[in-house]
Amino acid sequence: MEMTVRGLWTMIHGMGFGALYLMACSGALVELYRRYRSPLGPEIKVEDERFLRIYLTAMAVLAWLTVLTGAYIIYPWYRAVPPPGTASLAAFPQRLLMSSPTTAAWHSIGMEWKEHVAWPVPISITMAAVVFSQYRRSLRIHTELRAAVLGFVWASLLATGIAGFFGAMLNKNAPVSGGATIHIVQGEQK
Amino acid sequence: MSSQSTSSAPQARLNPNGAGAAAVLAAGIGSFLVAAFAILADKAALIKSLMNFYKPTGPLSGVTTCSIVAWLAVWLILHRRWSWRNVEVGRVVAAAFILLFLSFLLTFPPIADLF
Repeated sequence: MEMTVRGLWTMIHGMGFGALYLMACSGALVELYRRYRSPLGPEIKVEDERFLRIYLTAMAVLAWLTVLTGAYIIYPWYRAVPPPGTASLAAFPQRLLMSSPTTAAWHSIGMEWKEHVAWPVPISITMAAVVFSQYRRSLRIHTELRAAVLGFVWASLLATGIAGFFGAMLNKNAPVSGGATIHIVQGEQK
Repeated sequence: MSSQSTSSAPQARLNPNGAGAAAVLAAGIGSFLVAAFAILADKAALIKSLMNFYKPTGPLSGVTTCSIVAWLAVWLILHRRWSWRNVEVGRVVAAAFILLFLSFLLTFPPIADLF
């Protein structure tokens, strides 16, 4: 069992940072809605607020790591231009997708949307983390601010879902691979 | 104030909504700018080459860097103007949601290609 360095980075970007962010969204939405929807709700403990503040900050860090690794580590491998006379496009995913009308739209729609729609995610969750840290329990009476935080976290969930879906499909049709090979486990031949 | 107490109207007066409104509107503007810069870079060859901050990533590097810098600058400016007062936060939030919606719409390639 082995994988390439590029495959490992793609996994860290998508299945590590991105998927973890996607899962964390549901927890943030539930906590923000359940605890802060009404000024007459049950009392909020300081330690619960501290936890949610750290949780949202960790989500912001995850979101930034996701877009930065995507744009500056994986995307250059994805969009690499093959030298003239290259017979196999396997190491050049964008060119491989564009070489066939049956796969070209995965790039022209999928990647083109993914590479831009993902960026409002760290912006949104950074805002949510800062606004929550500043207002905490008073979000119960600042109802519009609470609605904004919830709405932007919902939007970040949607954008991450779009980016994640296209990321998975792109990697299925034209995987980013290459670089040094990492041997994980030596299997037995039968 | 007790650490266990819930929020109250006096607390809202002590903690005006301006700083939160500034953060929300700046996030909407920052999100919208990603789409706006991406369309500009796609349509104008000069802007496309200017946005090529880091060659391996191409114009995406400039589009996102400019958006982030502008988002942070707008946030700082709005924060300085609003942080100590209450603003009409309902309208600010509505504007931010419209900008966020537009960012989703305008980054979708079939719509971006209409420009």
